[in-house]
Amino acid sequence: MVSNPASDLLGFARRVASGSIKVVDLTQTLTQEFPTIVLPPEFGQAAPFRLEEISRYDERGPAWYWNNFTVSEHAGTHFDAPIHWISGKDLPNNAVDTIDPRKFIAPANVVDCSAESAANADFELTVPFLEAWEKEHGRIGAGEWVLLRTDWSKKPYSEYAGMRDDGAHTPGPVPEAVKWLVEERDVHGFGTETIGTDHGQGHHFNPPFPAHFYMHGKGRFGLQCLTNLDQLPPKGAVIFSAPLKIKQGSGSPLRVLALVEAA
Amino acid sequence: MTEPLKRPKRKDPLKRTQQPLYPQSVRSRTAHGLTKAAAEGRFELQTCDDCSTVFYPPRDACPNCLSDRVPFRPVDDNGKLIADTTIRTSTDPYFRERTPWRVGLTKLDAGPVILSHLHGDVLEGQRVRLALKLDKGGAPVMIALPEKDTPNMADDPHLREMTCDPKFRRVLITDGRTPVGQAMAKAFSDAGANIVFVGIADPWKPFPGQDELKKIERVEIVALDVTDSESVTEQAEQNGGRIDIVINTAEHIRAGGIMQRHGVTVAREEMDVRYFGLMRLAQAFGPAMRGRGADGVNSATAFVNLLSVHALMNWPQYGAYSAAEAASLSAAQCLRAELRSGGVRVMNVFFGPLDTEWFQTVPPPKVTPAALAKAVVQALQHGLEDVFVGDIAEDIRARLAANPKALERELAG
Repeated sequence: MVSNPASDLLGFARRVASGSIKVVDLTQTLTQEFPTIVLPPEFGQAAPFRLEEISRYDERGPAWYWNNFTVSEHAGTHFDAPIHWISGKDLPNNAVDTIDPRKFIAPANVVDCSAESAANADFELTVPFLEAWEKEHGRIGAGEWVLLRTDWSKKPYSEYAGMRDDGAHTPGPVPEAVKWLVEERDVHGFGTETIGTDHGQGHHFNPPFPAHFYMHGKGRFGLQCLTNLDQLPPKGAVIFSAPLKIKQGSGSPLRVLALVEAA
Repeated sequence: MTEPLKRPKRKDPLKRTQQPLYPQSVRSRTAHGLTKAAAEGRFELQTCDDCSTVFYPPRDACPNCLSDRVPFRPVDDNGKLIADTTIRTSTDPYFRERTPWRVGLTKLDAGPVILSHLHGDVLEGQRVRLALKLDKGGAPVMIALPEKDTPNMADDPHLREMTCDPKFRRVLITDGRTPVGQAMAKAFSDAGANIVFVGIADPWKPFPGQDELKKIERVEIVALDVTDSESVTEQAEQNGGRIDIVINTAEHIRAGGIMQRHGVTVAREEMDVRYFGLMRLAQAFGPAMRGRGADGVNSATAFVNLLSVHALMNWPQYGAYSAAEAASLSAAQCLRAELRSGGVRVMNVFFGPLDTEWFQTVPPPKVTPAALAKAVVQALQHGLEDVFVGDIAEDIRARLAANPKALERELAG
């Protein structure tokens, strides 16, 4: 039987409605308290999320409630576009408004490092670790996300941020692993539960911040401050992650949804 | 001898809170020369430039030679209490609920005879010091104090009506992450405050001094971020009804001017902390404080703003910072008017560069956080309204009075 693309799409919608395709929300609620990346204070700082009421059924607007919010492009669960990093600054279509919208839908590999991260906040994701993961779950495909499950999203904020007097202590990839994902596996992008896609001590790597440097240098994307990665299978989830269409935006807070075959 | 103040009992929740009142406070424009002196804690009277007569009450001409050159000048505050009397009833609602109230006549060594309030430790015929104070309504009044300090003299109920003594009061320090915030916590604990609430923003971010801060007696760490309306509102909902003194220590200090700052991101942060932050605190804590201005021994009494003296004149080296401080000062003046009806004083404390990391490259003299905290406590104990701490602040105050234009040019370098 010849498949009808239109009916496949409607069939998909029906399966979402019926629950045979599960929608998992990978997004943290945008709140004022949620940690935002901290740079040394002499640098410009990313604004945390803030909310100011315009009116709430009161003298400022008797029948309606609404807010103004302010937030940096890189607070809460957010998307990093290639233009965010200097290595990706000259690529074509490198900002959130010019990225091909097809790229906002892509399959995901979920690499579970939760046990290793629980044992060691400085856990480093390496090529051998990824190769071992592939042996068990299959090869990471071109054009697919790699999402790092650390269960970091379940931690209280002070542990989540992991700030100590020598910087943040949170898990992340070593430079070789990012380079390997981009060059050997041609991945779509890299996503984490932590504040950034990079290791907490990633500024001491060579190059510094390799997940930013290599991913964005090759036009790949980043997702961070994800949650509920523990509800995803190692392979088979499809990620919907469309950032706000900000003119020449370097990223944006967004709703990240995973579509998963219901068990 | 003054009966020492007792730690106030817990309030009877069935009793209505006494509403704040203040004495008649209309003064002539000339008489506001006394307001200025009282606000800054000086004893000044009009002194004729032509015949040197010192006189009181304020007038536009010298009662001796009719000269109109009659500026307010510091004068000797010593004198003798020549008569005293006790008022047992009054038609003024403020005094009516505070009688009996003693008043008396002091013959100053400098000349004039002055009718004033009396401290409980002074008696007719004794040598006294006259002090200029602001009353509950922010109007200048005089009180005769004992010639030498007496035990517990600050606890005198008449004097305490004119001061904002932190003893037995509950204090909120809005930001405890900074050296200034931590020095304030220590100073107010030492000054006998009942509780020192210390606000901490972003508790997930460690900060220097954290452990020492928690060890200070009667310090309670609370969640507070002046840049977050929700956080400020929530803190006021929890503790706003029992905070008697707010010390706004939230600061944002960065060098740099207007033109060569790249963009407005940092300027927005400055305004968010220093101007909108004050507004958020005022909206969240102000109304409850204004309602508790006469709430017994630990009534709401003061809202303290810590301000760069460059709020009064821009210092281009820290030009954008100065501008945000000026905005904060203007808002504080508005808040002063708004809290006045509750008898709650807004105290603005001006200082030059602090001896903290953000003024690292600035040469001394600098104000240490401990010196600033000590000055704030003392100013509250004296009931001041405008306080200049340190050599730079004093110098700028004097130069502003002499020639503001010269000051502007000189600060421009």
